[in-house]
Parts: sequence; structure tokens; C-alpha cells
Amino acid sequence: MTAVTRATAPNSPPRGRQGTPAGRTGAFIVMALFGLYTLVPVWWLLVSSTKSSNDLFTTNGLWFASLNFFDNLVDVFKQQDGIFARWMLNSVIYCVVGATGSTILSAMAGYSLAKYPFRGRNLVANIILGAVLVPPVMFAVPLYLMASGAHLVNTYWAVLLPALVSPFGVYLCRVYVEASVPDELLEAGRIDGSSEARIFWQVVLPILAPGLVTVFLYQFVAIWSNYLLPVLMLNSDTLQPVTVGLANWREQVNGGIPYSVTITGSFVSVLPLIVAFLILQRYWRTGLAAGSVK
Amino acid sequence: MATTIAPQQDSHVVMARRARRRSAGHRRTRSALLFLTPFGILFCALMLAPIGYALAQSLFRVERSGLGLGAPKNAFVGFSNYLAALQDSAFTASLLRVVLIGLVQVPLMMGLALVLALLLDSAVARLKRTFRLIYFLPYALPGVSAAIMWSFLYQPSISPITAALSRVGLDVDLLSGNLVYVAIANMMTWSYTGFNMLVIYSALQAIPTELGEAGRVDGCGEWRVAWHIKIPAVRPALVLTTIFSMIGTAQLYNDPEILHQVSPAISSSFTPIMAVQESTATNNYNAAAAQSILLAALTFVLSFGALKLSQRKERQS
Repeated sequence: MTAVTRATAPNSPPRGRQGTPAGRTGAFIVMALFGLYTLVPVWWLLVSSTKSSNDLFTTNGLWFASLNFFDNLVDVFKQQDGIFARWMLNSVIYCVVGATGSTILSAMAGYSLAKYPFRGRNLVANIILGAVLVPPVMFAVPLYLMASGAHLVNTYWAVLLPALVSPFGVYLCRVYVEASVPDELLEAGRIDGSSEARIFWQVVLPILAPGLVTVFLYQFVAIWSNYLLPVLMLNSDTLQPVTVGLANWREQVNGGIPYSVTITGSFVSVLPLIVAFLILQRYWRTGLAAGSVK
Repeated sequence: MATTIAPQQDSHVVMARRARRRSAGHRRTRSALLFLTPFGILFCALMLAPIGYALAQSLFRVERSGLGLGAPKNAFVGFSNYLAALQDSAFTASLLRVVLIGLVQVPLMMGLALVLALLLDSAVARLKRTFRLIYFLPYALPGVSAAIMWSFLYQPSISPITAALSRVGLDVDLLSGNLVYVAIANMMTWSYTGFNMLVIYSALQAIPTELGEAGRVDGCGEWRVAWHIKIPAVRPALVLTTIFSMIGTAQLYNDPEILHQVSPAISSSFTPIMAVQESTATNNYNAAAAQSILLAALTFVLSFGALKLSQRKERQS
């Protein structure tokens, strides 16, 4: 387990003689160039969030002008009677509640598919794998058609319920259980007289924990990225996640919403994500590879 | 496909019979189903049912009788919504557009991801931890968040890119004409190269180091070790990331939708999903349903086909 979670640990003995100095420098330059390509846009966003609307147009985009961040921040939270805070809260509800719920559901389903030989198991697993190959955005319109037939549009549930289903999460959990939960451990639990549910909560889940972080992150990103679903389902401002709200501000940038407000708002909305990812990234495992290595 | 699954099912039936003979078998099956049920119910209600509903909707059309005074009726029209979708030049153009973007952008991105993963894995790399962290960063700005950022980065009046280009004598508007294709491909590359690279990188890390060492002892250089040993070993990871990138391209929506707000070069039916949304917005639900089904079926057939093809090749080799 630790070997997989700590992918950064050097896995090889020192390879002294490989790599000429020229090769080493060349490799470093290529990697540094791509690193720069990755960092510069985010740097621009950080720098721009500190500028007044005026400075955005007149000063060098990649360096600071007069520091205006706190004024911008106040503007962001005052715009449209402080709706930005509501949007952030909505995003937390959709992404955190949705990803947590779907992680637990996926762990249960993946465990069931990995460790219980019941009739039709392969069929169920194949149907779920098939659903992995159809991206969530494609379900948005059919879901909307169905929800509008059932008068469920414009409620939290319209966005939250679909967020709870992650076929990819089930697939990952199945792979993780197969790879990391030995049958003997389950048998030992059964001999001790533990119920199946108790074995799952107290034996299986703790072993799976690092993998579950990955499933959580995947689903969190999937919910955050699924912009079409809330656009279709919600027409009330107060139910929108921050992505939809900011996209609306972006659209009204020539109609009264200052550039500085939208840009600072964008920065503020991703700041918690960046911090959370920096903290969680060492638990992040590439389940795709884990699944394909077998 | 049937030949590959049948033996598994046979062995599974045998296993199931054996399990039943055991005293605890029944109780186990019940627990298995209990663990599966919460996900199963939501999966049926929110994934299978919408597909079914869309399938049904795609076969009907709302027809108003006479002068449109009577109540509209749902009339069964067979496959005529599908025919209409395939004859709709805006929709077929949008399909061609994502195919074109996919054919150019996906190989470029995967090549870049593979080279970076090999470099990061090679003995010559320094600062591995730092680079992994940096390459992971775009994953923390998902979907629309990155798209909004790029939409500002492209907008000529404040774009540092336009400013830099004009300093070297190139006056371009990245949001005009065919340059929007470059703009969108760049957004996709920025967002997903690092992610794909990390998937390939962890597959590389799983290769026993002795393999590479053996190659080097035999006198292979770093690049020949990469070509003959490492790349074949990470083929499954490459195939999966490529398929996921293909699926991602087919569902292209966030980036062009945000750029559509600021660029006249991007029509409201630029990609298939945007075309579907346009049909939905004009209350043409039956057309939207037919278009979604077509797009989903096409994506599914392509990605499932690619997956099975690569698995067959894998078995042959």
C-alpha cells in the first residue's frame, strides 16, 4: 500500500553512469519548458487578481501593478448583493456532498463486485464499465428531458443526485479491492463472527482509504467540470454553482460586471481547490494504470 | 467478444453453484446484493433510465393539429428524427469539427505526455517531485474554471500572449477565424497533458528496474531502452489514456462554450454537445434526444472498439 501511495519514493538504485551532462541538461530544459507552460497561465491569474480593472488593460500582464487585491475581493463579495458567497456554498454542496456520497456508494458496489461471486456479476460489471465510456456530459440532456417531465428541474436534487453516481468510481474501487484486500482477511473476520457490514466498515474501508481519496478527487473534479448539467437544470441564480455564476459574469463583462470582479472571482473560486489538491496529491493514485497493469 | 466472455461466465456459473452448496453461500449473495443496491438504484434511475427516456423521445415528434389551436400531440415518427439530425448540416459539421480536433490534438498531447513521462522516469531527471507537482496543477482548475481563465488570456485587449506576439511583430487575434481551433486545442493540451503524463509515469514506475538495467548492460542507450522496453511495457496505460482523451474530445463543451461568449468565430453549434443544447434551448426535445443518442452511440462504439481492438492485440503479442 505505502509503496503505491508514495510513488515519489525512489524505486531504483542509484544509476551512476547513465546520462551525459548534455543529456541531463536537455531533459531538464524540456521539462522546465513544459513546467513554465503549465505555470504561466495560473501565475497570470494570480497577478491579475491583484489589479484594478484599469491596470489590467495598461500594465504588463505577467507582473504586479499597484496592489488592489483586497478592494477586488470586497467587490467580488458585494456584487449582486453578495451572491458569490452563495455560489461558493452551492459548489461545496454539489462537489463535496456529491463526491463523498458517490465515494461511499462506489466503495460498496466495487467491494461487492470484487469479493462476492454471485450470479450475473460479470454482466453487471460490464454494464458499469460500458457506462464509464459514456462521459457524464452526455447524460445531461437526457437527464434534463426526464427531470423536466418529472418537474424536478430547478432544485438542488436535480444536480446533486446525478453527482452521486460514478461508474468510474465503482470500476476503480473494484480494482483497488482486488489488488489490496486479501480474501484471508475477510475469512478471518467471518470466523470471528463479524457481520458482512462490519467487515466492510472496519476491515475493508481502512485498507481502501488512500484509494478512496483518488475516487473522491476524480468525482469532485467530474462534478466541478460538468457545467452543462447545472446550466440546464437550474435557472435560479441562488442555486447555481460558482462555475455557472462566474461564466454568467464573464458573459456580462461588457454589461456592467467589471473585469477585475470576474478575474478575482475566478481566482478565489479555484484557490481552495489548488490548496486541497496540493495537500491530497500525495494520496492521488493513477487508478487507470492500476487497472491496466494487470 | 462473445468468445472472450463465455469462458468467464462458465467458470462463474460453476463458482456460483459451488458457493450455493456452501452453507453460508446464500447469506453471502444477499450481502453482495445489499452492497450493490444503493449504487444500483441510482445507476438505473440516473443513467439507464435517461438513456431509455431519450431513446423513446427520439422516436416521437410533437405535432400540432390544424392552426396550432388544439393540444399538441406526441406522434410516433420512427427514425425520422435521426435522419433529420444526420441531414442537419450544422450538426454534421459539429461532428466533423470534433473529429478533426481529436485527430490532431489527441496524438500531439499523448506524444508530449509520453515524452515527459519518459524524461521524468529516466535517470537523468532532476527535481522529480517538483515537476510532478507542477504538472498536476491544471487538474486543480477543472473544466469551466480553466476555460474562463483562458478566455481572458486570449482576449486581445488584456492578453499577455497577444502582447508578447505583437512585440515580435505578429499581430494576431487568437479568437478569430481558424485560430480558434488552435486556441481550443491549446486549452485541452494545457488541461490534460499533465494528467495523462502522470498516468503513464506511474505505469513506468511499475516496470521492474532490472529490465532497464539488463538493456543497458547489453549496451542500449537511454532512448533505445525507452523504445524497446519501456514503451511496450506501458502500452495498456497509453491505450487507456488515449481512449479517455478521445471520449473527452467527443464531449467537448466547456472550452468552446465559454469562448463562444467572446468570439464570433465560434458558432452556437460548434461542437455536437453545443448543438444538442441549442436544440434543447429551442424546446426541440425530440431532436435533442436523437442527437444525444447519435453522439453517445458514436462515442461508445469508437471507444469500446478501440478498447477491444487493443486488448486483442495485447493477447496476440
